[in-house]
Amino acid sequence: MMRRLPPMADEWIDRSRPLAFRFEAAAYQGFGGDTISSALAAAGVMTVGRSFKYHRRRGLLSAANHDSNAIFQIGRRPTVRGDVTPLEPGLEVTAVNTFGGLERDKAQLIDRLAPFLPVGFYYKAFHGKRLAARWERLFRRLTGLGRVDLAAPREPTPKRYAFCHVLVIGGGPSGLSAALAAAAAGARVLLVEESAQLGGSGLHGSALDPARAATIRTLVARVAADKRIDVLCSTYAAGYYDDHWVALAEPHRLSKVRARAVVLASGAIEQPTVFRNNDLPGILLASGAQRLLYRYAIAPGSRVCVVAANDQACEAALDLLAQGVEVCAVIDLRRGAAGEALARLRGAKVVILEGWAPYEAHAGAGGALTAITVAPLGASPGAVVTAQARRLQCDAVLLGTGWAPALQLAAQAGARIVFDESLQRHRATELPPGLFVAGRAAGVGDFVARVAHGSQAGVQAAAVAAGTVAAGVSGGAPGDVVPSSSHPFAIIDHPGGKNFVDFDEDLQVRDLENAAQEGFDSVELMKRYSTVGMGPSQGKHSNVNAVRVLARKRGLSVGELGLTTARPMYHPVPLKLLAGRSFNAERKTPLDSRHTALGAVWMPAANWRRPEYYPRPGVTREQCIREEVRAVRERIGLIDVGTLGKIEIYGPEAGAFLDRVYAGRYSDLKVGMTRYGLMLDESATIIDDGVIARLGEQRYYFTTTTSGSATVFRELLRWNALWGLQCALVNVTGHRAAVNIAGPKSRAALQTLTNIDLSDAAFPYLAVREGQVAGVAARLMRVGFVGEIGYEVHVPWAGAARLWDALIEAGRRDELRAFGVEAQRVLRLEKGHLIVSQDTDGLSNPVEASSMWAVKMQKPYFVGQRSLRILQARGPRQLLTGLEILDGRLPRESHLIIEAGEIAGRLTSVARSAALGRNVALAMLRPDLATVGRELSIRVDDGAMVRAKVVPTPFYDPAGERQKSGVAA
Amino acid sequence: MKLMNCPLNGPRPVLEFAFGGELRAMPDPDRASDAQWADYVWNRNGAPGVKREWWCHVPSGFWFIAERDTLRDVVIATYPCEAVLR
Repeated sequence: MMRRLPPMADEWIDRSRPLAFRFEAAAYQGFGGDTISSALAAAGVMTVGRSFKYHRRRGLLSAANHDSNAIFQIGRRPTVRGDVTPLEPGLEVTAVNTFGGLERDKAQLIDRLAPFLPVGFYYKAFHGKRLAARWERLFRRLTGLGRVDLAAPREPTPKRYAFCHVLVIGGGPSGLSAALAAAAAGARVLLVEESAQLGGSGLHGSALDPARAATIRTLVARVAADKRIDVLCSTYAAGYYDDHWVALAEPHRLSKVRARAVVLASGAIEQPTVFRNNDLPGILLASGAQRLLYRYAIAPGSRVCVVAANDQACEAALDLLAQGVEVCAVIDLRRGAAGEALARLRGAKVVILEGWAPYEAHAGAGGALTAITVAPLGASPGAVVTAQARRLQCDAVLLGTGWAPALQLAAQAGARIVFDESLQRHRATELPPGLFVAGRAAGVGDFVARVAHGSQAGVQAAAVAAGTVAAGVSGGAPGDVVPSSSHPFAIIDHPGGKNFVDFDEDLQVRDLENAAQEGFDSVELMKRYSTVGMGPSQGKHSNVNAVRVLARKRGLSVGELGLTTARPMYHPVPLKLLAGRSFNAERKTPLDSRHTALGAVWMPAANWRRPEYYPRPGVTREQCIREEVRAVRERIGLIDVGTLGKIEIYGPEAGAFLDRVYAGRYSDLKVGMTRYGLMLDESATIIDDGVIARLGEQRYYFTTTTSGSATVFRELLRWNALWGLQCALVNVTGHRAAVNIAGPKSRAALQTLTNIDLSDAAFPYLAVREGQVAGVAARLMRVGFVGEIGYEVHVPWAGAARLWDALIEAGRRDELRAFGVEAQRVLRLEKGHLIVSQDTDGLSNPVEASSMWAVKMQKPYFVGQRSLRILQARGPRQLLTGLEILDGRLPRESHLIIEAGEIAGRLTSVARSAALGRNVALAMLRPDLATVGRELSIRVDDGAMVRAKVVPTPFYDPAGERQKSGVAA
Repeated sequence: MKLMNCPLNGPRPVLEFAFGGELRAMPDPDRASDAQWADYVWNRNGAPGVKREWWCHVPSGFWFIAERDTLRDVVIATYPCEAVLR
């Protein structure tokens, strides 16, 4: 059983600060500095969770957050990673994925059903549609991790942008020395470490080499004292993106770091030995035991058996011996291995079985490890000589037979990961410029060499960051002549199975072999079919062994099979860190406060918010909109149109430029006049429209649609760059406000505020004038969008509120009403005016949109002209047509027109028109049906048919008398 | 996130840029056949390789040309469009 030892020299715990907590309702005590995992281990709790599929007991494995055994629920927080989550007083911790508690988990019976749960079970179970729903309900209950509390309050988490010259990932011996060397070379360094403190695995093996501890202490102290090094502990690099853009997951925020160079000192991850029952609580990685020992002063058991195939595992045995823990045997898979650690073990009279391997682990009544059966390795990979098997009594087994360098981030950065058969490990090649891999991640095993290698990488990274080298140097491993630290096949077959390759997903050797047998025999296919490496630990302990199993099955080498693609995230990242805070940029016009004061109901328009309508007490939405429409038709209305794109263009060729980008002609526009403009793309699709005003010989001012303003301006800049005409464009959308005051009494009201003569003679329809309105410098354009006499008044941003207030005051006598977007839609529909991208779509050309009146085909060239010629010759496939709805029922936009059972068109705009006393619509209609008087059927929501009739547009004031001369003013 | 070197503003995150398509010569609208014109309007060359592309630094509205190896996703060079257009 695990237990706490007397104080260790460099332990992380604070024994003066006892912390009480509960696990599965039982009371325990840990210390400040403990993690949840270490506190449970110190309390002798061996089973910390149940496995994903078979609900087997699981204990600590890596104590480093590399495995997924120690995942807990704390109140509302699901999937808490026990290996790295600090213990806090009063925590109520429960295991996940159990039914009736960890010890009595009812679902553990599933373990006995394992033969009926073959690999690819989900695919097979869900293959038939009939039972899929029932299966799904069952599995959702039986599998999975924590419980998500949908009522949990939102915790907004910040995101941060950070910059550094050199980012060092990993705070072990090589990372520490890399940071110091880079800082010494003048670089600003950011050092990130996923554990709570620096040092990495630097203390491991101190029993063999006591100098390591002193070196680590010195390195840590120098890093702490160096002002050019920022340190982030409890932080991991979650993803590596282009040009050294690295996502750092900190406990309570996400940092996006841009580095000029990166040192990846991420170390290596120990790989479990695979044998029957290798997942019993009490069996853990040798490095995991060393972590528990040096950080938290925890012994893995009282009688420990060490499975070894490298020096590090032998060092771990020495580390335990030095603390008085009994090591009953070292099962060394190697034969005739040399090395200082092994020699010292021999000297300590530890039983060493060379060329032996574990065959099966045994559990006692409480589920904890009691013994292990070992046997000599056989002739072929995975085989043992069972006739010579021996049973060893022990309560802990350390696994130390192989390592996999943590190269996931290098792979994400674009490096190629290749397998070195002689050293039985992967390494990164073809590193992108500026990325250096140092220490054990690069395969450097020896402690002193790791420190030196990190230093070398730090110097190189600083040089790249300073621009003194051309970023081409790659920090590879120096000639490493040490023997391989990974056994080529530490995977032992057993007829009874339960020899787990992937603890996350409960996958045994035979599952992977069956997957290959069924044809899923490449690493990527095997992964997806068997789900190996797809659990929370993302294959950190299973991918290499899984490839070895597949390689043996197929008779290929590990290198020939390759590895699955490593993608972000390196560890599972809490979604709240990725979500951050909500950030939706919303633009407000300078009149926003005035709309708020009027109680406007808002609607989104592009990224603006605009008043949809202004509600009145006791009046319905529809009635409000109707009143706003009537105010414009009979008296005065005022609308904020400041969201329109507003562009100025200057220069001798400004007119020529407009002639090219719009379908109409503007070089012949008289100064002081405006003209409607239709903008096409090269395929002659309508992309925008607006009003172009000529303010001077070389000066125009024009508007674009609200939604198109940004993209249209950008495209205009591109045309201007391409053609190089003598003109310049300025986007004044945000600088200027605009309102439209319209209605029969608008002229009189406006006249009271301005010295500009508004009479028809001085200021005719479609003219533009500049002057003062209410003391504000203004551009006035006489437009007719809503079909009444009206003026668009454009003023600088700062004068908007003053203008608005003055107009409201001037119109008060005539009961001026502010009107919103909905009323404007009705007003313009009564006039038959189209709205680009409502009445047109991504295929509508001017022929089909009945807008050829705005096109001057005789011009030399304009964007879309050549395509339009082709389309004109071909004839329209649909026509924008006016309809009158004959039945009382109002269809909706996008309802279909059905003719002889076929779709013959669709409605694009619909409104009840009080002014006309009937319901009208615009529709894209098959041309042969678009003849005035033709009756049509529209299918509405419930399938009923509504009758309509083709009528000419404009529906209202067809001659346009009202907007031209202000009839009834 | 990738960095891109704007000829006007220096290296900036690629988020600040908008893509404007491959730099292509427009056929003479008066001499091109309908088929040639339709090919220009509708067809793009998606084959990977080194392309000259329009890119815009959005905050400053500056359009320029980037030579990009679309196979390796590497920006080889960026320069103002005058260099190739006039």
